Amino acid sequence: MSGTAKRGAVAVIVTAVILLAVGLYIGLYLINVPGSAASTPTASGASLYLGTVPASKGTDPHPTWVSYYVVSPNSTNWRHDTTFTLPANTLVHVTIYQFDGQSGLRNGFLSQATGTVGGNFLLNGKATQAIGPDTASHVFAIPAIGLSVPLEGVADDAKNPCANAPCPLSNDHFTIQFTFRTPGKGLYRWQCFVPCAAGYIQGFGGPMQTVGYMDGFIKVV
Amino acid sequence: MSAIAVPATTAPRSGWRQLLGFNLLSGILLGIGGWYLGHFIGGRITGANLTYYSETAGQNDIAIFLGYLLGVVGFLIGLGFANYPLKRLIGHPPSLAERESESLGLYRYFTLSTDHKVVAKQYMVGIGLFFFVGGLNAMLIRTELLQPNVHVFGANQYLTLVGMHGSMMMGIMTSGILGPFANWLVPIMIGSRRMAFPRIESFTFWLLMAGSVILITTIFFGGFQTGWTGYQPLGAQNTAGYDAYIGFFALVGVSMMLFGFNLIATIITMRAPGMTWSRLPIFVWATFATATLMLLAAPMLIAALLMGAMDRTVQTTFFIAGAGGSAYLFQNLFWVFGHPEVYVLALPGMGIVLELLPVFSRKPLWGYRLAVAGLLGIAFLSFFVWQHHLFVSGINADLRPFYMLSTELISLPTGFIFLCAMGTLWRGRIRLTVPMLFCLAWIFNFLWGGISGVFNSDVPSDITTHGSFFVMAHFHYTIMGGLIFAFFAAIYYWVPKMYGYKLNEKLGKVHFWVMFIAFNATFAPLFGLGFMGMPRRVVTYSAGFQGLNDWVSVSAYVLGLSMLVFIFNVVWSLAIKREPAEPNPWHSKSTEWQLPTPVPVHDFNTVPVFDQDPYPYGVEEKPSGVPSAVPAGGST
Amino acid sequence: MNTESEHHFRNVVLLWLLASVIATPIVVFVIGPGLPPGNGSAQAHGQVVDNTVLLALATPVTLAVLVYFGYVIWAFRERDPDTVVDGPPIRGNSSVQFWWLTVTTVLVLFLAGYGTVRLLADGSGGGQGPNPIATPAAFKSSKALQVQVVAQQWQFTYRFPAYGGVETHAIELPENTPIVFNVTSLDVIHSFWAYDLGVKADANPGENNIAYVMTRGPLTFHIRCAELCGVWHGYMFNSGQVVPHAQFVSWIAQQQQQYAPATKNNAPYSKTYFPQPVRRGG
Repeated sequence: MSGTAKRGAVAVIVTAVILLAVGLYIGLYLINVPGSAASTPTASGASLYLGTVPASKGTDPHPTWVSYYVVSPNSTNWRHDTTFTLPANTLVHVTIYQFDGQSGLRNGFLSQATGTVGGNFLLNGKATQAIGPDTASHVFAIPAIGLSVPLEGVADDAKNPCANAPCPLSNDHFTIQFTFRTPGKGLYRWQCFVPCAAGYIQGFGGPMQTVGYMDGFIKVV
Repeated sequence: MSAIAVPATTAPRSGWRQLLGFNLLSGILLGIGGWYLGHFIGGRITGANLTYYSETAGQNDIAIFLGYLLGVVGFLIGLGFANYPLKRLIGHPPSLAERESESLGLYRYFTLSTDHKVVAKQYMVGIGLFFFVGGLNAMLIRTELLQPNVHVFGANQYLTLVGMHGSMMMGIMTSGILGPFANWLVPIMIGSRRMAFPRIESFTFWLLMAGSVILITTIFFGGFQTGWTGYQPLGAQNTAGYDAYIGFFALVGVSMMLFGFNLIATIITMRAPGMTWSRLPIFVWATFATATLMLLAAPMLIAALLMGAMDRTVQTTFFIAGAGGSAYLFQNLFWVFGHPEVYVLALPGMGIVLELLPVFSRKPLWGYRLAVAGLLGIAFLSFFVWQHHLFVSGINADLRPFYMLSTELISLPTGFIFLCAMGTLWRGRIRLTVPMLFCLAWIFNFLWGGISGVFNSDVPSDITTHGSFFVMAHFHYTIMGGLIFAFFAAIYYWVPKMYGYKLNEKLGKVHFWVMFIAFNATFAPLFGLGFMGMPRRVVTYSAGFQGLNDWVSVSAYVLGLSMLVFIFNVVWSLAIKREPAEPNPWHSKSTEWQLPTPVPVHDFNTVPVFDQDPYPYGVEEKPSGVPSAVPAGGST
Repeated sequence: MNTESEHHFRNVVLLWLLASVIATPIVVFVIGPGLPPGNGSAQAHGQVVDNTVLLALATPVTLAVLVYFGYVIWAFRERDPDTVVDGPPIRGNSSVQFWWLTVTTVLVLFLAGYGTVRLLADGSGGGQGPNPIATPAAFKSSKALQVQVVAQQWQFTYRFPAYGGVETHAIELPENTPIVFNVTSLDVIHSFWAYDLGVKADANPGENNIAYVMTRGPLTFHIRCAELCGVWHGYMFNSGQVVPHAQFVSWIAQQQQQYAPATKNNAPYSKTYFPQPVRRGG
């Protein structure tokens, strides 16, 4: 093997290794995207069932983080998806089973629901406009369309709280139901406004700053 | 000068046995060991009875910081940085040299070496590697911005890419020109055989590499969503990925500070006889001005980051409003460092351009004293302008007219640099070689960067441009258009001397033209986008901005391709073709080109004596700075 | 200077004059009126004027450098690359240096002075901290409307102290009215950027940052966050409206009624807020 050929081979190998590393590097980013789920179409629009829990499952990358889940109507079949696909310009009936404790809002103004049909929501079946700002556990908000619904937190002295997903309906929880009209096609973010990320400054780190826990998208198609 | 010890002449080990001992391999192994040890100890410190670590947060910052700290210590011990201090402690005599012998071959590059030319080449490759990664981040950012509201990456990943790109470029490239070129050139240009502190010289390099690896580990801890500025309290909220940002920038800060200190000591104390201050090549002056900034500015950064680290670990509240802290504090400390830091990036570029223009105009540098005044004036003023980053923040609003004035005053010394460049070309015999093209492009780009800077410095105008793509375009024109173009000018100019092989001229010209056109096509439209109201660091934007953004993204890809042309040129010319370079292909009259190629380990056989100014073009036959008594470097 | 030098120098000056005489009016009269941020408010218009002045000065300066280098590279290029011939050893020219320094100093001092005068006249729409120095009389009068901008991760809400401290998701402003924006944040640093009004003021936790704007006619303006504030920074945008006075009065009354339950739950109006918890336990 001549010197030039040998050097050429070395150069090719080195280049290949670098390119491989680069590919791996990009790949690390691409794989880490939260899953998505579609709403169920019904006669009067679409329906979406969500659950909120103080901690995820043991197999989750962040098992201690608070999170939203997509669940079935009877709170079984918990899936860790935070991108919800919804039909455009349609009424969507959202039911949230709220199993998490009380955190309290940083901005008491957000204790009132806005942007829902009728300007209110059902808390355990009772029509409600606003909840106490200190007992809020989460907020389900899509700021771009003005939707914001506070979710009441389970009291600290509850007898049968749920520790982590999945949570059956036999655990202490609140059921929050509301209806909103989806906007035109597009991608919208939703997020929580309660500082619910335990252990973080202002409660706004970790799950509050990571898409896939207390944040996600609605994909309107 | 008399204390130079002869390097040890022990025969190098052969074959695989070279891998034993203190080198990169043992450094990496001890570094990984140190990480696990620190992580383990950190986990113990934060037991259940202490409140520092919240189980619910699922992250233990103390363990991560201790892991980084012991990892870096292990890495440096593995490279052999502890050997000399320990030997001195047990009574060994002092020595200056370690692993300099040419018979060690490539091995020198993977360990602590006190040869300034070896360290320079280590910097060249190390910085080049991370510059490449940083550039790759930019490509990914532009991919995400191809569409206004369809995401290639998650919002977290996108912001991490933005932060890593900024940190890589602003952190590592502080040594982008000084690392390879000041280390290589300053000792030779001033007639010294080495830097004042050769072990510290090597230390700064390996510290920078350790920091860069730490920055990349951020992707294993959730990244950081703060950008390179790392503003608090957003940083305090961040997941453990921000620990990597702190670790990285703190190590960069230490490295910068020591590097600056080493350069200042070298330039003040190691000049050969006759190398008076008024005979210093202008690049050495630029290095001196930059080194001052590095030495004085970096401690601010280290302090701010230390406070941030304490907020995250032992729960101090330096930056938390309502708990005794203030978010303003971090902004102030960061920019007291940050504004001198951008001149750390700009000044070496000016030095390179003013050093090369005389060579390719075949004329002395026009207005040498004015150029020196310009460099020192910029360095001095840069400490008094930092609050122009905070014009709309509400901080010290009454002082805005002062900061507006001080910022605009910087255009006076910058104007000196332009005037000296203009005067040097006047009636010269201009040769448009590849390095010269890059220098001229520097002038063109920096002109736009400077003019747009006037808009940012004017408070009423800045109210719209602040935080927008306009600012982004402005500093890419000064840093990418300034630093990076000068960086390539220096590479095309000095690599034949440093590595002993020619770079392909045709490929160089292709690289230049593609890069120059693509650079302007990429960044000029960003001025418009900023004016139209597009904020920086956004993962989504108004649909109306898509056309321009797509144009920018495509141009950015072409800009990226031009780098591949360069890499191909380097691999082809230095690794495959290997055409030996002439000793002085540019007919330069400065000192380094009078030495033989490759430059011997100790540069000069005898102490050189300088008796004239560094740019004797058009006056006499004798080149500048050549030791008049003895032909340098022995026989060629 | 020898005659050859004078000849080249005259060429450069003539080319520069020609280019400047053509380009500067184009910049001022064609590009100038289209400069951002438009004429949505008195402050925005002031910025347009400012940008135009800067551009009018920058044009001849930029052209001087470009024309010079273009000419020099063309006129003094080495025509025979195979020979190495040195140029004349000119090391400086004190009168050129003197005039350069004089002209650039005058330019810089003019720019700083002009910018200061413009800034102090009406605040230019920028955040001025809690005690603004640039306060035209109109903003001190009782006619001025106080609007608090509350930034939080990740949306802006607005409070109107003159209307019972009601907080709203949307923002409407009356036309031809002096508006006093009191910008603050509940968590991290944001920046309130009402592009079409020419307003930009950082929202700092625990600090009040005041920005003035004199509205003009009805207008829809865009609001964006201009300081990286976390994962949804890019989505922190909004739009508001400048409306006739009567329409504003009915809008704010309707908001007061709609948000009555929330107003009851809300913290009392204050220039700054320090919401708990500083750190969430758990």
